[in-house]
Amino acid sequence: MSQWIDACSAEDIDAEEAIRFDHGGRTFAIYRNDKDEYYCTDGLCTHEDVHLADGLVMENTIECPKHSSIFDFTTGEVETPPACENLHTYPVKVEGGRVLIEL
Amino acid sequence: MRSRDYSLLGPDADRAVAEGLVTTEWYRTPVPKKQMKALMQRADQPAIRDTVLLFALMIGFAAGGIVLWPSAWSLPFWLAYGVLYGSAMDSRWHECGHGTAFRTRWMNKVVYQIASFCMIRDPHCWKFSHARHHSDTIIVGRDPEIAIMRPTDLLKLAANLVGLIDVWDGLKRMAVHASGRVLPDEATYLPESSHVSVIRTARIWVLIYAATIALAIWMGSILPLLLIGLPRLYGCWHMVMCGWLQHGGLADNVTDHRLNSRTVLMNPVSRFIYWNMNYHVEHHMFPLVPYFRLPDLHRAIAFDLPAPCPSIAAGYVEMLPALVRQQTDPDFHIRRLLPASASPYQGHPTAGMSAAQ
Repeated sequence: MSQWIDACSAEDIDAEEAIRFDHGGRTFAIYRNDKDEYYCTDGLCTHEDVHLADGLVMENTIECPKHSSIFDFTTGEVETPPACENLHTYPVKVEGGRVLIEL
Repeated sequence: MRSRDYSLLGPDADRAVAEGLVTTEWYRTPVPKKQMKALMQRADQPAIRDTVLLFALMIGFAAGGIVLWPSAWSLPFWLAYGVLYGSAMDSRWHECGHGTAFRTRWMNKVVYQIASFCMIRDPHCWKFSHARHHSDTIIVGRDPEIAIMRPTDLLKLAANLVGLIDVWDGLKRMAVHASGRVLPDEATYLPESSHVSVIRTARIWVLIYAATIALAIWMGSILPLLLIGLPRLYGCWHMVMCGWLQHGGLADNVTDHRLNSRTVLMNPVSRFIYWNMNYHVEHHMFPLVPYFRLPDLHRAIAFDLPAPCPSIAAGYVEMLPALVRQQTDPDFHIRRLLPASASPYQGHPTAGMSAAQ
């Protein structure tokens, strides 16, 4: 059964940035775009197991820091190879200044 | 002495996995997140300026070569045109392949396609090949882009100064692709979904080369081939000269780019041609940093890196004796001194000794 997990403070993530969030033996990336909207995906690139939170956020995309695969983090879709497999995305909401993700 | 099989399908590929060399855990100098974010920021202006300048120079030199042809006065124009075609296009291929040269994606794609054609590198295969080079840099059996294999074959290296090995390989691969196939080594890193594009690109290129050759025959002149195709041979020396310095003579089978890559300070002309790839340790550690911010990155992490070679000549003074020795002693490599402020080398039998060999 899914539940909402308190991941971090909304202020922990600057605009056009991502942070890594580890929970239950899994790793996620939480994003804040240039419109102050928050999103969450699996934390590792689907090409190789590189943490996406170290990559470059531009608008609604995250670019993997190792091989420059680009994903739309609002949908998880690959926009640029070498990654070929989409990311899994997770619902996010902000309540009381806290970022919650549904896992 | 460790034998080395550079085939991606050979025993060293399995050995690299077994020895834990195929890993995402490469050493990276710690850089504050905000500073790294600033270093990774994209912009169009520097690459637009450089690309306009590059193509203007190419057109100018080609025009000079054509007008003065066949007198000897045309020679310097062809030599200059050749270096821009056969060497500068390599760095454009590289930066646009990473997607870092321009902020606007279509600009990266357009320049990448043009540069891939000039270099005779299939844009799809080499995208994945280069990704593997970054994953498994100078890991024998894994890295498809090791320029100097051991034991060193100096004749082979000399032949590549005029592109003989690379061009033959590129043409062979183009012919195989145009026939509707990809090679077994390419299949180890190229997803099947890309095969159609690889084949289509090769067929278009074959048509372009065939048209160029037909035009040369019709004109009874080598001029069309001096413009398209041959510059990949007569102009690649600068790419090769700089490219050997990237990893030549340094360690293989390690997971710390400070051990297997070399940063060389270069003159402004070479840096324009090479698009700052002389900051090679920095590039491998942080591939998302655009070429025009690599000098800033170099300054930011200098405390943790071996001192750069102060010039191309100094790089060769360091590298050449090692290449000569590697003819008979393939395990020999240069281990460069780290500054006192640096973290010790990672994953190297002599990590932390910081002594030049």
